Amino acid sequence: MNAEAIIRSIEAKHIKDDLPEIYVGDTIRVGVRIQEGGKERIQPFEGTVIAMRNGGISESITVRRVFQGVGVERVFLLHAPRVANIQVLRRGKARRAKLYYLRDRVGKATRLKQRFDRAL
Amino acid sequence: MSVGILGTKLGMTQIFDEVGNAIPVTVIQAGPCVVTQVKTKQTDGYSAVQIGYKEVAAKAINRPEMGHLAKAEAPPLRHLQEYRTAGSDDFQLGQQLGADRFEAGQLVDVAGTSIGRGFAGYQKRHNFRRGPMSHGSKNHRAPGSTGAGTTPGRIYPGKKMAGQMGSERVTIRKLQVVQVDAERSLLLIKGAVPGKPGALVSIAPTNQVGRK
Repeated sequence: MNAEAIIRSIEAKHIKDDLPEIYVGDTIRVGVRIQEGGKERIQPFEGTVIAMRNGGISESITVRRVFQGVGVERVFLLHAPRVANIQVLRRGKARRAKLYYLRDRVGKATRLKQRFDRAL
Repeated sequence: MSVGILGTKLGMTQIFDEVGNAIPVTVIQAGPCVVTQVKTKQTDGYSAVQIGYKEVAAKAINRPEMGHLAKAEAPPLRHLQEYRTAGSDDFQLGQQLGADRFEAGQLVDVAGTSIGRGFAGYQKRHNFRRGPMSHGSKNHRAPGSTGAGTTPGRIYPGKKMAGQMGSERVTIRKLQVVQVDAERSLLLIKGAVPGKPGALVSIAPTNQVGRK
């Protein structure tokens, strides 16, 4: 077994195989596990995927939403146990891989066209 | 003064702990090592254990080395390393050492050869600042002043200058063992260790300075 295969086998225990297909521009809801006072609950975070980073176990997405007039961006490690579930709400049409231009826009200009050729 | 183990750095990845934090880990193929010589106060004047690692073809080892290894009935081994002991440890010739010598949570010192950067300049080697790149400046990566003039008339020893960087023995102390895979003799150690994947590293229980 070579080094690459050994490292993959270590990662395999942590990699999730039930993740939905996510694309840049999608609107998703991420369930985040939160521990407070010995109790665990799942807090949803809804927003647009503006960036994705591949890399096996360190695969991550950046989700942006505007909350009370303030832009909030969260980066999620997709395979982290803190990410309880991910639900795709809407497929968006994006012409580039990173939608950082949305940071400079407010209100109606932040909308993305919906696309219907990808299943939810 | 405790006996460590030799291994090969395989590469880095990250895993998640039970709380859900991502931990950067280096995967090390630790051993299997063989005890090739046990030095004692009576025979050698000090006590130590010599271990060998990395089985190779017999033709890769010269005959004096083969003779030395034959005493321990060990296979041909490329690397030999000695660890000083307090003298009370019981090691037998030919004994096998694996990753199970370590346990999760233990602190270890990892030593190896750092990545060579060749003859490196001031900025890469000593983090000097560079000069202005434009406005007629020709002082881009030059060192600046190296000292005063006629007095002292020389450069003080130890002045930071360009030269060989890396490819030297480095010890990273107090790294935490995250996981031990005794079956495959693998160690997962938190953080980075010297060298590139494939490099030889020595892992030993941490040397606690000043503690009795």
